[in-house]
Amino acid sequence: MNISMELLRDFSSVGAGASRAFSYPFTRKTKQRRLSFVYLIRTSYSFKSCSATLSLTAEVEEKPKFDVDKAALLARELRKSFNSGRTTNYEWRMSQLKSIEKMLEEKENDITEALYKDLSKPGLEAFVAEISQVKSSCKLALKELSHWMIPEKVKTSLTTYPSSAEIVSEPLGVVLVISTWNFPFLLSLDPVIGAISAGNAVVLKPSEIAPATSLLLSNLVEEYLDKSAIRVVEGSVDETTALLEQKWDKILYTGSARVGRIVMAAAAKHLTPVILELGGKCPAVVDSNINLQVAVRRIIYGKWACNNGQACIGVDYIITTKDFAPKLIDALRYELEQFFGKDPMESKDISRIVSSSQFARLARLMDDDLVSDKIVLGGQRDVNQLKIAPTILLDVPEDAQIMQEEIFGPLMPILTVEKVEDSFKIIQSKPKPLAAYLFTNDEQLKKNFVQNIPSGGMLINDTILHVATDGLPFGGVGESGMGSYHGKFSFDAFSHKKAVLYRGFDADASIRYPPYTTQKQRLLKAVINGDIVSIILALIGW
Amino acid sequence: METYRDLERDLEDMREYYRYGKTKEASWRKSQLKGLLTLLKEKEGDIFKALNQDLGKHHVEAFRDEIGTLTKTVNTALESLKDWMSSKTAKLPRIALLTSAEIVPEPLGHVLIISSWNFPFGLSLEPMIGALAAGNTVVLKPSELAPACASLLANAISTYLDNKSVKVIQGGSSVGEQLLQHRWDKIFFTGSAHVGRIVMSAAVKHLTPVTLELGGKCPAVLDSLSSSWDMKVELLKNTIKEMFGENPKESHSIARIINKQHLLRLKNLLEDPHVDASIVYGGSVDEDNLFIEPTILVDPPLQAAIMTDEVFGPLLPIITLEKIEDSIQFINSRPKSLAIYCFTKNKTLQRMMISETSSGSVIFNDTIIQYAADTLPFGGVGESGFGRYHGKFSFDTFSHEKAIVRRSFLTDFWFRFPPWNNYKLQLLESAFNYDYLGLVLVILGLKRHRQGSDGI
Repeated sequence: MNISMELLRDFSSVGAGASRAFSYPFTRKTKQRRLSFVYLIRTSYSFKSCSATLSLTAEVEEKPKFDVDKAALLARELRKSFNSGRTTNYEWRMSQLKSIEKMLEEKENDITEALYKDLSKPGLEAFVAEISQVKSSCKLALKELSHWMIPEKVKTSLTTYPSSAEIVSEPLGVVLVISTWNFPFLLSLDPVIGAISAGNAVVLKPSEIAPATSLLLSNLVEEYLDKSAIRVVEGSVDETTALLEQKWDKILYTGSARVGRIVMAAAAKHLTPVILELGGKCPAVVDSNINLQVAVRRIIYGKWACNNGQACIGVDYIITTKDFAPKLIDALRYELEQFFGKDPMESKDISRIVSSSQFARLARLMDDDLVSDKIVLGGQRDVNQLKIAPTILLDVPEDAQIMQEEIFGPLMPILTVEKVEDSFKIIQSKPKPLAAYLFTNDEQLKKNFVQNIPSGGMLINDTILHVATDGLPFGGVGESGMGSYHGKFSFDAFSHKKAVLYRGFDADASIRYPPYTTQKQRLLKAVINGDIVSIILALIGW
Repeated sequence: METYRDLERDLEDMREYYRYGKTKEASWRKSQLKGLLTLLKEKEGDIFKALNQDLGKHHVEAFRDEIGTLTKTVNTALESLKDWMSSKTAKLPRIALLTSAEIVPEPLGHVLIISSWNFPFGLSLEPMIGALAAGNTVVLKPSELAPACASLLANAISTYLDNKSVKVIQGGSSVGEQLLQHRWDKIFFTGSAHVGRIVMSAAVKHLTPVTLELGGKCPAVLDSLSSSWDMKVELLKNTIKEMFGENPKESHSIARIINKQHLLRLKNLLEDPHVDASIVYGGSVDEDNLFIEPTILVDPPLQAAIMTDEVFGPLLPIITLEKIEDSIQFINSRPKSLAIYCFTKNKTLQRMMISETSSGSVIFNDTIIQYAADTLPFGGVGESGFGRYHGKFSFDTFSHEKAIVRRSFLTDFWFRFPPWNNYKLQLLESAFNYDYLGLVLVILGLKRHRQGSDGI
């Protein structure tokens, strides 16, 4: 994929008379400024949806291509909107968040249907993993926004005395959110909620590999939200490239490390900060002295009941001791049957593989000579229905392809070691993952795991859930990404934290001005050290 | 100059040392910080000499801006290290029984700091303090334009700090480019936007997070206050004379231009006849001694380079406007700068300045001093960069905040597992809404069936 190089663009200039204003309705001194606005803009976007799956999609008229010029026009339009100040005030942000809440209430069925079309996602999974997460994200923002927007007062020290200081959160401007196909609804709207709550204008580019959801998002955003500041651009590589050529104030990308690099390279040209939510091979280390039934249920929950393994935080592979492996496999076999029935290929409670190319990739991983004889459970597949049964492989070699790339599917390798602590070296030899899981009752092992395993996030004795916790940042490190969001971290991710220092005109110390003298230096030293005695001594010329 | 392979070998040794785990220990971090403190104390004289040699900086200015601020920063880091290293508990809803959540800071690993020539010690060691406090191994590449300082840094750091984990690599842009080819867990860059782009583009290869501390044209907005316009310019001229004497070149209180190239760049800014005509004070250039006197210009043409490029020198253009509020539009039509200074007692203007402009920081009634405020983040936005440091922000910038949740085996919600049915859906909905009463009602069979998707 080639992104044409473009030098620094001109700064957009604010037209005469236009001003950006936003009020802090909740600080003591400022008076609330109400900006009322009426928008009657109707855009004439019609959308072509590309179908890479078996799902039905509505046919719409052929629209003109979304190229670099269109992208530039869009960016300019949104920047104008942002510069006018419409997105920065509290009322606008709340109104958009409320509209999203309304949309989730009214359109829940449509959303569930689209997710089923794209991924055969069971209704309950769609609810638990996507809809309810977006709902709670929205609810939290609605509840907390007024607090988040208040400037944070900070202490000042002797070096700037007398002074007062605060950190003010301001919107970055116009931001781009590029989302992915496995949780197409959640991973599109969750960042958009963050961007809106921080007062930005936002363009969302959903994944074309989940076309029903992409189309739905486009329609819903147009129906429910402020078109002058929030837009969806559908499409694939060409459209994304066109968007990446523009200058954004921030880009949040969820997807693969390969495309993450392309996004970051494009951002570098405009000095745009980025958040990259990538993936990795998330390990689950299983100790022996545990409640096996609960542990196995939670592992299944974090693999096959979670978009059938197609999740960035899903359990990629298991490491356990040689002695414990047979017990673990038996327990997995039993619980898998409890969850999905005797023939998981017939189960309605498990998602399918998203596309034929992903199916082919997973089939290649299974057919690899190095691992094809290591399958101890599952292995059935149906290319017409894009289904692969929950498959467990035991003791695959480290250099097999299945251990070199993120699996993102229903194949679960189990590696065995002599002692459970030996698992650490295996994990540390691989790129840092987005999440790491440990099942144990051994407190020391838990401590060592936390101390020594670098990862985006960690969960002891469960899987996946840590990303549903508002108070925790969700993001990667190293190959699994940079930056984080969720809860207030989303608001922060899309804000600039501006430092503001107030000084008075009284008490101006001439010690810091030229002409420089030794006495001034002594006094400066004393002030910097905060040492009252030295200050006095220096003042009296000691 | 080392080959790629030699350099890679040295860097791999450092990464290996990091993996060994020593730098994570609080005792190691403290020892390095104390080492820096001793360095600043014992090498103070040498540092003054080097700064004087490279920049003609007076030692009191050097103390005020570099050694003094660094000393303060190291002391703050030593005092606060334990607090910074501790994990922070995250609140959980009541439904999360027997579960705990916390955020634990961990070092990113092996970091690269590229610093600039104007405050060669400050801009090298200020980020390094953060990197060491956060438990990383560090490679510093100081600017070759301040060679005496770079060389002193290299010697002093190898003497006072742990050689296996902190290294200084000297050289120019080719060395910088070489370093950027290797794998880092973080790159911290201070310098120009042009090179900032090169650094970020290089960081893409290994998905390395970066902090870019760039520059910009930082405006000072001067409200009418008590005096008239002419009086203000007179006051400026007199104050300059007060600080630097009648002949600033002789004062030794004012730094030189760093080198011929920058001197010629600045001289060029004044060559435009319209710009030259707007000079009201100063303007003389002594090429041999790399000296340009404090120069004030009033209303030079806005399209001239002096008003489009960052000046980075002793030339101060003054732009006059009808109303002071017009300064906001003026500022907004230009790229976002690292700082906006605003001199006013007018509280309304203050509020407007904060809410209607965007910059790294805003300072009222003073300049530069925000650099010394540890509780305020120091960093840019837009063209002036991204990321921030100083105080705890330095520690955070070189850390990964790892989210950790611990669950018990004792409590579990069986309704989160397949096979799916509507009953489970109702329970989940109550759970997610923290609707404890609803949960009970559903279990007792007293809650009405949910409208909506019926277990596709």
